[in-house]
Amino acid sequence: MTKEQVLEIKNNPNYQKLVNTRSKFAWTLTVVILVVYYAFILLIAFSPETLGAKISPDAMMTVGIPVGIAIIVFSFALTGIYVRRANNEFDGLLNNLKNDVEKGMK
Amino acid sequence: MLSRFLSLFIVAGLAIAMAAGADLGEGTKAEELNVPAIVMFFLFVSGTLGITYWASKRTKSAKDFYTAGGGITGTQNGTAIAGDYMSAASFLGITGMVYLKGYDGLIFSIGFLVGWPVILFMISEQLRNLGKYTFADVTAYRLKQKQVRILAALGSIAVVILYLIAQMVGAGKLIEILFGLDYEIAVVLVGALMIAYVAFGGMLATTWVQIIKAVLLLVGTTFMSIMVMSEVGFSFDVLFTKATEIHSKGIEIMSPGGLVSDPISAISLGIALMFGTAGLPHILMRFFTVADAKEARKSVFVATGLIGYFYVLTFIMGFGAIVLVLGDPTGQYLAADGVTLKGMNNMAAVWLAHAVGGDYFLGFISAVAFATILAVVSGLTLAGASAISHDLYANAFATGKVDEKKEMNVSKMATVGIGIAAIFFGIAFEEQNIAFVVALAFTIAASANFPVLFMSIFWKKLTTRGAVIGGYIGLVSALVLVILGPVVWTSILGNAEPIVPYKFPAVFSVPLAFIAIWFFSVTDKSDDAKRCIEEFDAQDIRCQTGIGADGAVDH
Repeated sequence: MTKEQVLEIKNNPNYQKLVNTRSKFAWTLTVVILVVYYAFILLIAFSPETLGAKISPDAMMTVGIPVGIAIIVFSFALTGIYVRRANNEFDGLLNNLKNDVEKGMK
Repeated sequence: MLSRFLSLFIVAGLAIAMAAGADLGEGTKAEELNVPAIVMFFLFVSGTLGITYWASKRTKSAKDFYTAGGGITGTQNGTAIAGDYMSAASFLGITGMVYLKGYDGLIFSIGFLVGWPVILFMISEQLRNLGKYTFADVTAYRLKQKQVRILAALGSIAVVILYLIAQMVGAGKLIEILFGLDYEIAVVLVGALMIAYVAFGGMLATTWVQIIKAVLLLVGTTFMSIMVMSEVGFSFDVLFTKATEIHSKGIEIMSPGGLVSDPISAISLGIALMFGTAGLPHILMRFFTVADAKEARKSVFVATGLIGYFYVLTFIMGFGAIVLVLGDPTGQYLAADGVTLKGMNNMAAVWLAHAVGGDYFLGFISAVAFATILAVVSGLTLAGASAISHDLYANAFATGKVDEKKEMNVSKMATVGIGIAAIFFGIAFEEQNIAFVVALAFTIAASANFPVLFMSIFWKKLTTRGAVIGGYIGLVSALVLVILGPVVWTSILGNAEPIVPYKFPAVFSVPLAFIAIWFFSVTDKSDDAKRCIEEFDAQDIRCQTGIGADGAVDH
């Protein structure tokens, strides 16, 4: 890639839109999973009895079990949300950009 | 050459079967020759060697060897990644931990899983767009090849060897119990098979062995979980009530226990598990086997789903083992002391297979457990061999003077070398506590590989000096802190008090590596530093778009 091409792509509005929206989205989701996970870890460290409480007086199930399973399901759901948006939105922006670049080369 | 190896293998197999048969009279019940297991195991091995033969015909170029020609689909790759992750340590270890400690086992599972979304958001597509065969292709993209490649190769080889030791020792023990074979024979058998898969079949064979095993393991564990739930009328409350009645810890197994006792240990464990995954060379390498970033992202989605599902099953199986194995009225699964399980507590999943499915299902699960080890060690060996041939040989020491053929030959020799080293270490470490080995592998991956990889992708001002010094500081601090920690300093060296009280010191070593990378980059005023910074924009465009990426399927 020449310096001119680098500059041209960097100034392309499709490129800027792609990079900005995707970075923002990816970082937001990363922060969400980190917050959820470390909230869980801190709960274990500082207040294990919260997770050990029974969900109802006559049940054996404790709060921690559905919470734990929910984190597993939530992790998977987040990857699904990202993949969906990437396929529907980011790939479209990327194709526009690639078309622009090809035109620029001709 | 392969057919000669095949016939050699069959002869060796017969010899082993006969040797094992000779032991039949002397063994106790648990170590008796397990005929269904051996039959299923031979079916698996002949099937996978057949695949290796097929793959060897298609493995012509270096690209074929390292990345299966880039022609693996996202779903296939996701299944293979899940297979890499569902190692014997996960299958037997986590089920065993739930069996022993209840809820604490789930905490570990969650830690192993939450790294995956982060890999998807931050690493997977970037890696695919920038790299070719190894993650060092990414870290050395705009930095000085030689120094950065050597660092990455050392980090990779360290992680691979440590992980291999853990798997080999586990494999030897498991096979000793399940098949009634001698420990040494078992280790040699695993080593020989993994050399065959990797050297002849490259990434294509390694991937398919992994996919087949992942499917077998998921089918087997699903069946076991359904059988456990049918035993308790599909009611979790009945399962938990029965388990607490049988387990010596009683109601305590339903809540977090002593596993993660203080906040620093908890956070440190979390960092090691989460970022360690993003620094495991055999996992990162799989992102180069798919055609483009879109397939890379699909791989992570599939892998996360399968791994998450599998962890939920291990939780059910662990509690199922308390009810059906520990609670078995005849006590047939317990050792002479009447408390621990025959073999070891990691055998909970295996005995549960017998409890719900009899001898034949036990045979199936034993064969799957063995297949799991084989598949995982093959992936590790390939990653280690690539670090040696692609990073050290082709790019660090013989720059520009290597053709593909030579590089592949070096890789095959490295495979044999790593295989022999793994056999040797497996036998040497037989009596060692291998828990620290896994702790160390994850801590090194998180402290040496991950920070350099992450910063090289995202941080414009990274320079060669910063990456190299920071990477070595991460590597050395991880090593030193683990040695001074409870597992090595107290348990292995026999000192009274550990100097560092944390088993996973990642909470210190990971930030240290990041700070060092930052400091030695911003203070770097050399010409090379200016060049590294100037070249970031071009790298970033390729990283973001895949334009110019090495890639699409070429056949």
